[in-house]
Amino acid sequence: MAQMTMIQAITDALRTELKNDENVLVFGEDVGKNGGVFRATENLQKEFGEDRVFDTPLAESGIGGIAIGLGLQGFRPVPEIQFFGFLFEVMDSVAGQMSRMRYRSGGRYHSPITIRSPFGGGVHTPEMHADSLEGLMAQTPGLKVVIPSSPYDAKGLLISSIRDNDPVIFLEHMKLYRSFREDVPEEEYTIPLGVAAVKREGKDLSIITYGAMVQESIKAAEELEKEGHSVEVIDLRTISPLDIDTIIASVEKTGRAIVVQEAQKQAGIAANVVAEINDRAILSLDAPVLRVTAADTVFAFSQAEPVWLPNYKDVMETAKKVLNF
Amino acid sequence: MASKANQANFDVKKQFETVEEQFQTLQILNEEGEIVNEAAMPELTDEQLQELMRRMVYTRILDQRSISLNRQGRLGFYAPTAGQEASQLASQFALEKEDFILPGYRDVPQLIWHGLPLSQAFLFSRGHFKGNQIPEGVNVISPQIIIGAQYVQAAGVALGMKKRGAKAVAITYTGDGGTSQGDFYEGINFAGAFKAPAIFIIQNNRFAISTPVDKQSASKTLAQKAVAAGIPGVVVDGMDPLAVYKAVKDARERAINGEGPTLIETLTYRYGPHTMAGDDPTRYRTSDLDNEWELKDPLVRFRKFLETKGLWNEEMENETIEKAKEDIKEAIKVADAEPKQTVTDLISNMFEEMPSNLKEQYEIYKEKESK
Repeated sequence: MAQMTMIQAITDALRTELKNDENVLVFGEDVGKNGGVFRATENLQKEFGEDRVFDTPLAESGIGGIAIGLGLQGFRPVPEIQFFGFLFEVMDSVAGQMSRMRYRSGGRYHSPITIRSPFGGGVHTPEMHADSLEGLMAQTPGLKVVIPSSPYDAKGLLISSIRDNDPVIFLEHMKLYRSFREDVPEEEYTIPLGVAAVKREGKDLSIITYGAMVQESIKAAEELEKEGHSVEVIDLRTISPLDIDTIIASVEKTGRAIVVQEAQKQAGIAANVVAEINDRAILSLDAPVLRVTAADTVFAFSQAEPVWLPNYKDVMETAKKVLNF
Repeated sequence: MASKANQANFDVKKQFETVEEQFQTLQILNEEGEIVNEAAMPELTDEQLQELMRRMVYTRILDQRSISLNRQGRLGFYAPTAGQEASQLASQFALEKEDFILPGYRDVPQLIWHGLPLSQAFLFSRGHFKGNQIPEGVNVISPQIIIGAQYVQAAGVALGMKKRGAKAVAITYTGDGGTSQGDFYEGINFAGAFKAPAIFIIQNNRFAISTPVDKQSASKTLAQKAVAAGIPGVVVDGMDPLAVYKAVKDARERAINGEGPTLIETLTYRYGPHTMAGDDPTRYRTSDLDNEWELKDPLVRFRKFLETKGLWNEEMENETIEKAKEDIKEAIKVADAEPKQTVTDLISNMFEEMPSNLKEQYEIYKEKESK
C-alpha cells in the first residue's frame, strides 16, 4: 500500500497498463515530455518511449480520429482530451463514430478506447474547462461513462476501463486530483465497471451521487447523523450503465432518496436515476425522490462558483425536505 | 512606406500564381484515347490494362442496375457512381490487398474490388448490419456517412501501420464539398505531422449536391490545400484511368518508403444525381455541362486506347456486361435470402459484454420475438 492522491493513482494505473499490454498507447495535447497539464502522465514517455506516449497536434477531433484508426489497427488507445469542455470539438468521433463501431460493423471492428478527461468546478478555471457534460455521454448508446471519486477507485476503474474492449469515457474531477490521499495498492487490481459503491451505510435516506458530490454528500451525511438521521451514501462510480441493483436495494431499505450531481438540473444523469427508482421501487417510497443540482445556467463565471456549485449544505437542505416530507 | 523587399513579400497575385503553377493537372490519356504524356505512363501489363477496363465497364453496369433496383424498391440508399470509374477504380487498382480503404458513401465500388461481396454491398444499401460485416482479410470499413470523419480516421489507421512497421497504406476518399470540413484539414495535417503512410483522395465532381465547387472555396485547386499540411498535393484528370493509377501508385511508393502522405485531387464528374433520394440535378446543372463531361467519359477514352492496341473488342465488352448482370442478379438473391434483423441482433452487436440495461432489454425483446 502507498498513500496516493487521485492523480498519482491515475498515473499508476496508466503505468500498469502500459507495462501490461504493448498495444496501450497514451496520447494527447502535452501528455508526452510535459507529462500532462496536471502531471497525470508524468514520466511515462521517459519510461515507455515516444512510440507509446506521444504528443499530438492541437486538434481534439483529430485526436478522436486517430484513436479510432489506431483501434482499427489493433492498438488500445488511451487518448486525453485536455479539458472535457473541449468535447464538442470531438463529439462526432466520440458519439458519432467510436461508440457505434462495433454495432455498425456487426462486430467486425471495435473501439477499445479509453478517453481520459478532466472536468469539474471549484478550482476557478477559465471558461469551458469545468463543465459537467457527462449527461451527453450517458445518453449515447455504445459508451460507458466512469467517474471516480477517490484514488483507490480511480486506479481500479481506470485499469478496468483500459482493458474494456469497448469505448469508455473516464472523467476525472479536477478538484479531486489532489484534495486527499488514501491507501492504494501498488499492485494491479480492477474494479468492475457498472458497479456502485456504498460509501456510507444508513437506514433513513439514500443519497445517490458521483464525482465531487460524493465528498459533499458524505459531509452532509455526517452532519445529518449529528441530528439523528442515518444516511446511506452511494457513489455510482459508473454513471452509464447505472448499477440499478445497488440503487434499488438501498431505496427499498431506506424508503427515501435524493440524487446529487454537480451538473445543471437539465443535464447530468440525476433525472435518469429518479426515473429508474420510480419505475422499480415506487411502492417502497415514503417521499418523492428529489434532486440536488446546479441551476440551469451556463457554468458559472469563476468568481461565482461558490454560490453556484451545489455543496453539502444544499445536500442537507434537500435531504431534510425528503426526511420531513 | 513599406520597403521594396516588403512589397515583394506582399505581391498577392504572384503569391497565388506561384502556388497554382505547382498544381498542374496530370493527364496521360486524352479524350481521344491518345497517350499525351509518355514519360508518365505507368507500367501495366496487357492483362492488367484489360482487367482495369473490365472493372470499369462492370462498375458502369453496376451503377445502371443499382439505379434501376433502387427505383424498384429493391435497394435503399444509393449514391450514383457513373463517370467516376477512373477515379474510383484506377485508384483502387494501384493498391495491394494489405492496404486499408476508408471510403465515403459514394465509394462502394472500391470496396467491392477490394474484396467486399456484392451481396453485402446491397445489404449496406438496404440497411442491414450484415452488409457491414466485412469478411476477415478484406481491409476496408463500411462507407462513411459523416463527411470528413474518414479523413481523421485514415490518419490513425496509417499511424497504426507505421507503428507496426507494415508496408501498407491507408487510403481514403472524400468529395469536393468535403474539403471544407475541419476533419478534412485535421486528417491531412495529422498524417503529415506523424509522417504516416496515408493517401487522401478528393474526388472533385464539381458539385456537393447542388453547390458548385466555387462556392466551397476561393482556392483555385483543391490539391493545393495539401500545402496547409505541408504534404505533397497532386491534381489529376479524374476521367483518365492511367493518370489516376499513376498518381496513386506514386503516392503509395512514397508512403511505404516512409515519406508520408499525399493529397490527390481527381477532376471528375457524376453523370447521375447526388443520391437516389430525390435529388434532381437539372435544378443546378446545365445540359451543356453534362454533355461536355460526357465527352470526357473514362470508358470511352480507355476503350479507344485499348482497341487501338488490339486489347479490347465488342465481344469482351459484352461478356463483361453479361457477367456483371448475372453477378448482380445472384447477389440480389443472396441479399434477399438474408434473415430479417431483430432487436436482439442489434442489442447483441453493441458491446462485447452486455451492460445491465441491455441485458434487461434483451430479455424483453427475446420474449417479444418468440411470440
